[in-house]
Amino acid sequence: MKARQLLAPALVTGLVLFVAPQLMLLQAASDRSVWVRLFDPLYATIFWRSVAMALGTTAATLLVGFPVAWALVRAVPEKARGAFLLLVTLPLWTSVLVKLYAWVFLLRKGGLLSQLLTLLGSDSPSLLYTTTAVAIGQLYVELPYMILPIYASLERIDRSLIDAAQDLGASPARTLARVVIPIAAPGIVAGCVLVFVPSLGSVLVPDLLGGAKTAWLGTLITSQFGTARDPAFGSAMAFTLSVLTLGAFLLFGRFLAKAQE
Amino acid sequence: MSQATPREKARGSLEVASVSKKRGGATVLDQVSLTVNPGEFVTLLGPSGCGKTTLLRLIGGLDEVDSGRIAVSGTDVTGVKAHLRPVHTVFQSYALFPHLSVFENVAFGLRLKNRPEAEIRSRVGRALAAVHLEGFDARATSEISGGQGQRVALARALVLEPDILLLDEPLAALDAQLRSAMRLELVQLQRSLGITFVLVTHDLEEAIECSSRIAVMREGRIAQMAPPEEIFERPASVYVARLVGMENILAGRVVERTAAGARVDLGFARIEVASVPEGEEARIGLHGEHIAFSRSGEGVRGTIADVRYLGEATRCHIDVGGATLVANVSPKEVVRRGDAVILDIDASSWVALTP
Repeated sequence: MKARQLLAPALVTGLVLFVAPQLMLLQAASDRSVWVRLFDPLYATIFWRSVAMALGTTAATLLVGFPVAWALVRAVPEKARGAFLLLVTLPLWTSVLVKLYAWVFLLRKGGLLSQLLTLLGSDSPSLLYTTTAVAIGQLYVELPYMILPIYASLERIDRSLIDAAQDLGASPARTLARVVIPIAAPGIVAGCVLVFVPSLGSVLVPDLLGGAKTAWLGTLITSQFGTARDPAFGSAMAFTLSVLTLGAFLLFGRFLAKAQE
Repeated sequence: MSQATPREKARGSLEVASVSKKRGGATVLDQVSLTVNPGEFVTLLGPSGCGKTTLLRLIGGLDEVDSGRIAVSGTDVTGVKAHLRPVHTVFQSYALFPHLSVFENVAFGLRLKNRPEAEIRSRVGRALAAVHLEGFDARATSEISGGQGQRVALARALVLEPDILLLDEPLAALDAQLRSAMRLELVQLQRSLGITFVLVTHDLEEAIECSSRIAVMREGRIAQMAPPEEIFERPASVYVARLVGMENILAGRVVERTAAGARVDLGFARIEVASVPEGEEARIGLHGEHIAFSRSGEGVRGTIADVRYLGEATRCHIDVGGATLVANVSPKEVVRRGDAVILDIDASSWVALTP
């Protein structure tokens, strides 16, 4: 009984901060016509573009983040791990806005990256305000959220399990595929959820690095409440995004449950 | 009749030649050499930190030697990675894969070798039967007891028919009763399979009961390697004598060297030993079991200083003038503190020890 009561603050917070705003969105979008507009093919394009970017971000952070987490656990001595983890979390200490403006300077014409590209013989001097810039920014912003849960799950794997796998004839690659990854699956799925969900509705990165040239789900919704002055339509889109995200979340959850059977 | 290839003849042999290993600047193994014959059950015995587990990991290929050579079944495996060696290990923690069932744990190595499903089923079934775990196939590793986990770990290694099975303190986590039952099973399993076993333990009883030979290890070296009876009755050094629980380790003086050995003066008696290290000082050991109360009235005279009942034996501390002897006598003997006794000491039981 007592332990269950401890859940109360979390439940109340969840209700107030998640369910209540959703109901308010529904109320704001009470006009039926805004829901019909959602099915305009224009928005479908933007939707799929955002989904592709979110999936791409998830895949890229996984590809970069898993080796980093694995190296932290396997190659870095236990005493030094704290310092390395600090490096991973360091970007989280600063505002996203500040970091993205720093990226603007790196990516713009004459910036460090474009100078580097010119040296390599590329004729495109600026990456800024391109989809590539958005992808780079997304990878950068979301990477710690992929590394941390994977690191946590890898760190808990008993070293002797890896010894046992190799002892029984598994090469390092097969040890990874047959023992490490299956056992670390909860951390990997958690990292994917933590990256995919915010990426789907990302606003700041497409806005600052994409230059609002291309429309994305997040920027589209924001603009409905600002320049487009259409909060009813914005509310309908925001609510739909929440439902889709929840759906993706449940899908991940089921995938995880199946993987653990 | 088929001709046995050299590999088949040597199958199960192990040769460790001058292997050294450092860790963090400290020497863990110092020029260790040992040879194990096919089908032997050899135990590496020693306290924690003596290097026995490190040696096992080097044999298994889980760590690399700094120098020296290791050969398994007559083939040099020094630079060969763990997954390619014909050697498998039962780990102290069992290291069962938590995401796999009992069946899949045992099938792990066979699946890596892409064996046909039918063969996997029958071999895993036989391995589980050999360790008395029929019907446990579908269980999760979290649903079995420690003793059963131990059997799964054994089956998982044995199903691959290794040339040598390495066992790292496999019984340490079990309670005393289960441990002694499992010891017997290990010995029976080893005899019926004929596979070479190399066991690491700090438990003297386990080493004596299981092994055909024991290698006593001390600070990264092998202090003595011999059959259990010899390690127990004829320890070579004070270190091994203490390890096998030799109650009497006395200081003496060499009075005469003979062709057969030497005469040593212990103060309360002059005794003969087969061999004595150089020098005038000698360290002499004797098990308490070899001291009895004399019926004939001849022998060393002493006074009982202390008596303790131990169940299997009664331990008497006997003041023999200048020295105290510890005797384990039959519990039927009725003695009390202060009793005068005459001791009958088996003359052939004295052993000279190196320091």
